[in-house]
Amino acid sequence: MLLISCPWCGPRDETEFRYGGQAHVAYPETPAELDDQQWAEYVFYRENPKGPFAERWMHAIGCRRWFNVLRDTVSYEVLAVYRNGEEVPR
Amino acid sequence: MNPLPEHPDFLWRNPEPRSSYDVIIIGAGGHGLATAYYLASKHGITNVAVLEKGWLAGGNMARNTTIIRSNYLWDESAAIYEHALKLWEGLPEELGYDFLFSQRGVLNLAHTLQDVREGVRRVNANRLNGVDAEWVEPSEIAEICPIINLSPKTRYPVLGGTFQPRAGIAKHDHVAWALARRADELGVDLIQNCEVTGFVKDGNRVVGVETNRGRILAGRVGLAAAGHSSVLAEKAGFRLPVQSHPLQALVSELNEQVHPTVVMSNHVHVYVSQAHKGELVMGAGVDSYNGYGQRGSFHVIEHQMAAAVELFPIFARAHVLRTWGGIVDVTPDASPIIGTTPVENLFVNCGWGTGGFKATPSAGWAFAHTIATGEPHPLNAPFSLDRFTTGALIDEHGAAAVAH
Amino acid sequence: MSRLPAGGRIDRGEVLRFTVDGRELTGHPGDTVASAMLAHGIIEVAPSIYRERPRGIMAAGVEEPNALLQVAGPCSEGMLPATTVELYDGLVASTLSGKGRLDPTPDPAVYDKKFVHTDVLVVGGGPAGRKAAAEASATGVRVMLVDDQPELDGELPPDTVVLTRTTAIGSYDDNYVLALERRTDHLGAAAPANVSRQRLWHIRAARVVLATGAHERPLVFAGNDKPGVMLAGAVRTYLNRYGVAAGSRVVVFTNNDSAYDTVRDLLDAGIEVAAVVDARPEVSVDVDVRILTGSAVINTEGEDRITGVLVRSLDGDAVESFECDLLAVSGGWSPVVHLHSQRQGKLRWDDSLAAFVPHGPVRNQEIVGAANGEGLWATRALWLVPSDSYDTHFVDLQRDVTVADVWRSTGAGMLNVEHVKRYTSLGTANDQGKTSGVNAIGVIAHALGGSVGEIGTTTYRAPYTPVAFAALAGRERGDLFDPERTTSIHPWHVEHGALFEDVGQWKRPWYFPRDGEDIDAAVARECRAARNGVAFMDASTLGKIEIWGADAGEFLNRIYTNAFKKLKPGHARYGVMCKPDGMIFDDGVTLRLDDNRFFLTTTTGGAANVLDWLEEWLQTEWPSLDVHCTSVTEQWATIAVVGPRSRDVVSVLAPDLDLSAEAFPFMTFRETVLASGVPARICRISFSGELAYEINVSSWYGLSVWEQVYEAGMPYDITPYGTETMHVLRAEKGYVIVGQDTDGTVTPHDAGMAWAVSKQKDFVGNRSFSRSDTARTDRKQLISLLPTDGTTKLPEGTQIIAGDVALTPPVPMLGHVTSSYHSEALGRPFALALVAGGQSRIGETLMAHVGSELVPVQVADLVLYDPEGSRRDG
Repeated sequence: MLLISCPWCGPRDETEFRYGGQAHVAYPETPAELDDQQWAEYVFYRENPKGPFAERWMHAIGCRRWFNVLRDTVSYEVLAVYRNGEEVPR
Repeated sequence: MNPLPEHPDFLWRNPEPRSSYDVIIIGAGGHGLATAYYLASKHGITNVAVLEKGWLAGGNMARNTTIIRSNYLWDESAAIYEHALKLWEGLPEELGYDFLFSQRGVLNLAHTLQDVREGVRRVNANRLNGVDAEWVEPSEIAEICPIINLSPKTRYPVLGGTFQPRAGIAKHDHVAWALARRADELGVDLIQNCEVTGFVKDGNRVVGVETNRGRILAGRVGLAAAGHSSVLAEKAGFRLPVQSHPLQALVSELNEQVHPTVVMSNHVHVYVSQAHKGELVMGAGVDSYNGYGQRGSFHVIEHQMAAAVELFPIFARAHVLRTWGGIVDVTPDASPIIGTTPVENLFVNCGWGTGGFKATPSAGWAFAHTIATGEPHPLNAPFSLDRFTTGALIDEHGAAAVAH
Repeated sequence: MSRLPAGGRIDRGEVLRFTVDGRELTGHPGDTVASAMLAHGIIEVAPSIYRERPRGIMAAGVEEPNALLQVAGPCSEGMLPATTVELYDGLVASTLSGKGRLDPTPDPAVYDKKFVHTDVLVVGGGPAGRKAAAEASATGVRVMLVDDQPELDGELPPDTVVLTRTTAIGSYDDNYVLALERRTDHLGAAAPANVSRQRLWHIRAARVVLATGAHERPLVFAGNDKPGVMLAGAVRTYLNRYGVAAGSRVVVFTNNDSAYDTVRDLLDAGIEVAAVVDARPEVSVDVDVRILTGSAVINTEGEDRITGVLVRSLDGDAVESFECDLLAVSGGWSPVVHLHSQRQGKLRWDDSLAAFVPHGPVRNQEIVGAANGEGLWATRALWLVPSDSYDTHFVDLQRDVTVADVWRSTGAGMLNVEHVKRYTSLGTANDQGKTSGVNAIGVIAHALGGSVGEIGTTTYRAPYTPVAFAALAGRERGDLFDPERTTSIHPWHVEHGALFEDVGQWKRPWYFPRDGEDIDAAVARECRAARNGVAFMDASTLGKIEIWGADAGEFLNRIYTNAFKKLKPGHARYGVMCKPDGMIFDDGVTLRLDDNRFFLTTTTGGAANVLDWLEEWLQTEWPSLDVHCTSVTEQWATIAVVGPRSRDVVSVLAPDLDLSAEAFPFMTFRETVLASGVPARICRISFSGELAYEINVSSWYGLSVWEQVYEAGMPYDITPYGTETMHVLRAEKGYVIVGQDTDGTVTPHDAGMAWAVSKQKDFVGNRSFSRSDTARTDRKQLISLLPTDGTTKLPEGTQIIAGDVALTPPVPMLGHVTSSYHSEALGRPFALALVAGGQSRIGETLMAHVGSELVPVQVADLVLYDPEGSRRDG
């Protein structure tokens, strides 16, 4: 049961959140101009690192806001929590 | 007396790695071992090393719920899983190893009208694909598995189910050892505690691997590393559309036999069998987040237990003895990737999600063919990496949503 | 062996009667079943699982490998260590050979859960745990202490929440600890009915202190499984805590000083200690007993119970025998590191203790006392006593695994402890290797020549002790397994005999049978009413989301495949949304309430996912759009009034509205106040092709307005209908049900809705349509099928094949039937099906594979009923 600090509500149990996978994957500005491979990269390919991973979570049964978490996928330790639009903390 | 067969007195050598091989398989899980076995036995390629970073068959092969079935919906899936089931049926004899393959049937329960539609659809497709499958009504379910709660008063009453009589279970560890023993006998080097840390490339062609035990050259390299596939692919310089998630499972203590088959319920989230020794073996849900920790969160287990007791009241006072987690590599369409990669002479077999164990023989069989010939076999051709570009997915998620 | 005349923490003033294996026995409050059995001189339990060797009580706690009980009761429970089952009057149990029996009687007990937060959680109420709790509470923070025993052995720490009979079973990320409290079993028949049997505590702690102690290990020698071989610490526990002498003439076999405490206590109690066999060459202890140093017990004597031991010097040949009825053994102590290791805490091998001890704490945890190796005794490792044969040197008693078995596995090529475990099944029993794990590693090291530390342990996994499934299920059983959602009109449906269908969590009326009607008859009647008169349906379960903001139109344009930006206020439009892969995700009708406000409906099952989907795009991709979404599903009740006479009914309800087709055209809506005074939003939407009105009112008025509709419709024999009739009516019109006619592989074009895909704007999923596979013209497309015999209703899920293919598997399939019904309006059965290239096969005859029969079917246009749409205005 991860403990995730929602930037707006504070620390809450993992079960209050919905997972959203890799963060910082922007919707292409002009999908029509991408070739099939580039479009496939957007639709289907996500990073899958073993270690720190910038990912999205949404406080589904709280404020319902999406935000970003830097989490270690091996230790599961939450290394940082930050809002949309912010850079990955180093 | 112990009802289980004795293991062989000798299983495998523990050789030092040589400086080069015709083929290197990365990952001595079930798929890697089966690939090596078929490379040696079917293709005559015996100068093969299987490199394992930990202990042989210590990943998902040691952590799955041992269910074997082939009643998949889509033609491509049914073909490869049914091929596996046919191989399973001959493997104990072929490998000379009684790994407790038990064709006790697998029952998939339907709890909603939509479940019924999907079940009937799958049965019909299965039969035309040569997969034994039948639709069973609750009265027949009572015969097949008397301990299921068939009361119409439950929250999600059982409305029927699909049954595959030839499906069943096998003792996972023993399967791996059976394959390993034969591969070893045929000359394959099984090298444990040997972690691949990088790839040796000549231009875009792979010519070997770097390991914690030194550089090992190879004519061809096959990647069969399940949850770690994307990490290795990245080292080799290409991407895989795979996400690694924790998947938990558990066993109870030994109990007298009460459960004669295998029951799966997608709607109530249960899959359970009772092993030969008497323990209940159950799978839990996939944790939502990416994780390589071989462990998940406890609420997933609690939810699983609620479902188990709801469907099997007799389990109320069975005890959870041990829980554990594996790492499932999940693709966007819940179907595997087996074939060539953007790197020459490097082949990949991954993305099996929760289907890996049951596919062990055919995954190895098809992967061996692909590595030996450089081209996919018709069985695995549809499971190519480029389907994510063309859109020709093999979507085994089933119906996207319950709706109206 | 007997109860001592005095001593022990038992209440000798009260006698409890109980039965084990058919023997009627007595004991006292404070006893366990094991201590009470020992007080009667009974040490033997059921024989071992595979080799059927006699076995006896060996431990005094959770680590017991042999004495397992099946305890009778309203629902019998198996595999409970007799050493942990508290005695109560009337207890009936039998001992088990390592395998339990599941009771088919429904478990009547209640199990519950508590979720708590604390600053400090201390696990273990021994001296180290109590000290840690006292120190923590002195700093003013909240402290909880859990301990698995019925009482703490000493003073309660101040200002601490103490839970006894509570075992911490699992330790999870960020200090989330699961602890099981056993609340009523020890009370037997006196257990209050209103108290849950067990409670699973979910404890989130800022800091965790593990004071879990250590488990003693047995020694490995020939015949070490004989009843009467007992852990030295357990002998001492029975003596001091229960006032029970487990033997009358005792030999002690040890490799460390801890066993001498047992020796002293035995002597103090007046029990003869024949000898101490100490594996260490030198010993400096002061006890008045013969000590054989540098020696080992090489075998035990006796049939069903120990009568003596053979002792030999470890470097000599001379064998001496001693008579005894109890052999107390101590092979050293293993810190209980389970919870530490479950959190990936590291271990190191300590040679002087011959034990794995924690190697640094887990973040925000501490590990104290014996669990951290503190206060444990220097131990000379003796992994096995040399012998000619190792066939009765038991390592894991419950699984009957011997040294010979372990060595067979290493001989087979297994170098890893995990392999040995799996080859031999060692450590997999009910005790999860608590007494056998480290000994096994020692035996493997002995065989392979490595060090114990290098071989390492197997992974520690939750739970620390077994937990009943029902305890983990908690209250999520029966009615509480999953919440049931019902509409405000639900009581009426129940009262009027509806059968229900589960759709997501909703209970929806499926059909309303009248006396003697089966589903076919009821649905036929309901369909006729809708097509020829008037019928009504509770559509409240549809998901409803209000979309607010200046950019709401732009937002919907990007989400839906068709255009919404220019939809006029007061108008409604059907929309389809896709995932980025171009596959249909959900659909529904959206109203434009005003320039900045839309009212979007979703499928019943898809509501939550659609809301998540919209918010995800808004927040993560288009935060600059001025749009807000609010779920209003529960706020509205929706009543569909359908059929040529619907206008007559609605006109009674809403006298202020001009219901003429000209004044109130199709796909528009009006706000009004009903004759009853209830504000309502009435839409001209039809999911049946008939003239229809959807009346939306606040869900508080749902039931009342439903009854008003019923009353107003009485003159026209208004008929309630359910989902089945709704399905038939919509299928006759070729309207899809997302999730039934689509399955995540269907594009809007495939579903016959190319008309709803805009070419003027971009939207989520649009780019995917031009991929090579998605652009194929022979994809599976939704069409209608008409069985050519005019009578066969195809089962849903039937596969469709070409007429000329051989039925030899694998048979090429063209598609499948997604929906199939008898149509009253058409006077025949029909189906919807996804068929490869279906839209270009209209008029072709294909085969439906039904059972083992082939049924010829004609491919027809998707819309079979009133394709001109002449009925929608009534």
